[in-house]
Amino acid sequence: MLHTFVAYVEDKPGVLTRVASLFRRLNINIVSLTVGRSERAGLSRMTIVAEASDEAGNRIRASLYKLEVVIEVDDIGKAPAVTRELALIKVAATSSTRSTVFELAEVFRARIVDLAPESLMIEITGVESKIEGLIQVLNENENRVLEVCRSGKMTMRRGQHSSRVLNAMGAGETSAPVHSPVEAFDDQVAVEPE
Amino acid sequence: MSNTEKSENAHLTTPTRLTGAEIVWATLVGEGVTDVFGYPGGAILPVYDALRKFPIHHVLVRHEQGAAHMADGYARASGRVGVAIATSGPGATNLVTGIATAMLDSIPIVCITGQVSSKVLGTDAFQEVDITGITLPITKHNFLVSRTEDIAPAIRYAFQIAQSGRPGPVLVDITKDAQQATAIFDFAAAKPHPYKPHPMLHCSDERLKEAAELIRNAKRPVILAGHGIMRANAGEQVRTLAERMQIPVGMTLLGLGAFPASHPLNMGMMGMHGESWVNDAIQEADLLIACGMRFDDRVIGTPATYAPNAKKIHIEIDPAEINKNIKVDVALVGDLRAVLEQLLPLLPGRDGSAWINTIEASKGTAAVRDIRNLPDLGHLYAAHVMHDLWRITGGRAIIATDVGQHQMWEAQYYHHDFPRSLITSGGLGTMGFALPAAIGAKIACPEKEVWVIAGDGGFQMTAAELATIVQEGIKINIAVINNGYLGMVRQWQEFFYERNYESTPLVSPDFVKLADAHGIPGLAVRDRGSLEAAVEEARGHSGAFLLNFLVEQEDSVYPMIPAGKALHEMIRRPGQNPLLETPNDK
Repeated sequence: MLHTFVAYVEDKPGVLTRVASLFRRLNINIVSLTVGRSERAGLSRMTIVAEASDEAGNRIRASLYKLEVVIEVDDIGKAPAVTRELALIKVAATSSTRSTVFELAEVFRARIVDLAPESLMIEITGVESKIEGLIQVLNENENRVLEVCRSGKMTMRRGQHSSRVLNAMGAGETSAPVHSPVEAFDDQVAVEPE
Repeated sequence: MSNTEKSENAHLTTPTRLTGAEIVWATLVGEGVTDVFGYPGGAILPVYDALRKFPIHHVLVRHEQGAAHMADGYARASGRVGVAIATSGPGATNLVTGIATAMLDSIPIVCITGQVSSKVLGTDAFQEVDITGITLPITKHNFLVSRTEDIAPAIRYAFQIAQSGRPGPVLVDITKDAQQATAIFDFAAAKPHPYKPHPMLHCSDERLKEAAELIRNAKRPVILAGHGIMRANAGEQVRTLAERMQIPVGMTLLGLGAFPASHPLNMGMMGMHGESWVNDAIQEADLLIACGMRFDDRVIGTPATYAPNAKKIHIEIDPAEINKNIKVDVALVGDLRAVLEQLLPLLPGRDGSAWINTIEASKGTAAVRDIRNLPDLGHLYAAHVMHDLWRITGGRAIIATDVGQHQMWEAQYYHHDFPRSLITSGGLGTMGFALPAAIGAKIACPEKEVWVIAGDGGFQMTAAELATIVQEGIKINIAVINNGYLGMVRQWQEFFYERNYESTPLVSPDFVKLADAHGIPGLAVRDRGSLEAAVEEARGHSGAFLLNFLVEQEDSVYPMIPAGKALHEMIRRPGQNPLLETPNDK
């Protein structure tokens, strides 16, 4: 299954190597990894998505904590969280074919950020499936997509909602899952209102 | 340099301007270091130049691998942090095997390496190697220090990391220009942040109650005693648990000594070459209480068939070990001693005699480990050598072993009653470990009798350190168990590769002459009759002494669990007499 970890790490040279090397050593493929400055001075925030067995979550989290550069690790599991990805997509389009692409972008609430005689560039944010969807429809009749640059997933837990709000959004639990070395995480439903 | 300056530098409590090289030593002195093991070279020369000003004894090794193993042996014997020093490039890469050995066995060592100047970092300068990159997966943490003012904080932090939680090696790589420049040295200000335990340690009252419930209700419990007992200094607590609840104890290789071998509840070693009744007891157990051990593959056989009827309680400091190889029912994640101190009040006592009697009965004739009186028919068996060494030294020596058959025979026949009395590379299985590790142990514990037990193969990997022994003038006794083969590999070839003894017969120098060339006297021992006198001569000699035991060539270690088999699927020694048969008699 896909595991999503959010880690606060020191903002220093070599930190990315240490984190990446841990996954390499465990023979686990990193599906996506995003890093950027966080709200805490001197700390970066990583969202790491990795493909590993269902039980591997706790061990990965525990191993990440063993790295001196890692300050905090959250295994998002299926907890209520907002996940987003940013993509830049360059599409082949001339003056005669642009309008179709504009329409598609409109439907997906994407923006056109560059326009050239032979191509244009779309900026889109959203969940993975939304980005996949846009790429699919752009290529539906002819292969129009020239380049895709995706940021990888960024994830943040939702705040404390009442159960009524969560239910309305399609999730059932109010509390964040409790971390412990041997207990599995509860199977809360992801909330992704669009 | 005058002794006055040395003693003044022993207490550098006020902030002082020093060179980076001086800061290295001043910080080590502040951390309580008295001995280091190392080898000089270009990029570490400033540090060596400053050594004369500080009250630290430096042991010049013959190969940097030896320095790392000596620091390791020093740490294992004393419980203190061992320190190794090397130059950049090949000096640093030569440390790698020793660092990995310490990593796999959770041994606290700090390695300090010189690095080329920061101005040329990354340019493939002479003797430049990315040692922090190389050692990243085999250290708990490492540092590349290129500013003089960062040296003291890095070394102090390294000492904290090496000793805390689950211990392990830390490397500090210091550029030459950082060693040469000056900075204000302030030991107190260089103190690391207070140690924060792993956030996933977990030992709630509920968990403790669950564990106590399982222990109280168990019919066939077994304690698995590991290396963590020594680290946590929890020998008394484990003993109380075993005695009060009448639970038999099985030992891991690295646990030997943590619970006295002579204790009636100590069954002996478990695992691939463990005692048959220990492995059988584990397979039949309804509860395993794992104390400071990690269910290594050499201990469990295969996960699928391991202790199929047993609930498992895992008391362990490292949360990443929980459910790694074996899924457990209750995990008490924390310092073993602290956990047991919370657990013991919940355990009032229990009658375990039925289960203990069952195990005693299953020992039967297989338990004839006291082989002192068995006839040898003119052969010299390695097992006899181990047994006699145990008897003659009263079980009180520190034994450093290499890896292979002799290591297993030592574990089986030298009965360790005392913690830190067996020094062996368990996890990495590093040949060549014994001799340098014994040097480290002797320097840590000069009052102890120290023996090296090595095979003829492994001994030759680090035999150059004989010269280190002589240069240091230390008393170590060396037993080479010489069977003319890479014995354990030969045993695998015999069992699993149709006796195709490819590349295992070994031509060796005359070890007695080799020792003699170093100024170390020695004797060859060919039969059991002359064994005791030879051992006593070695012990009585004022300096180091080597005994070359020419043992039975094609003997094998029994019992043995073949790789991938279950614990009860042991290969047993063929024939009636547990020792007189050779494998050829099958």
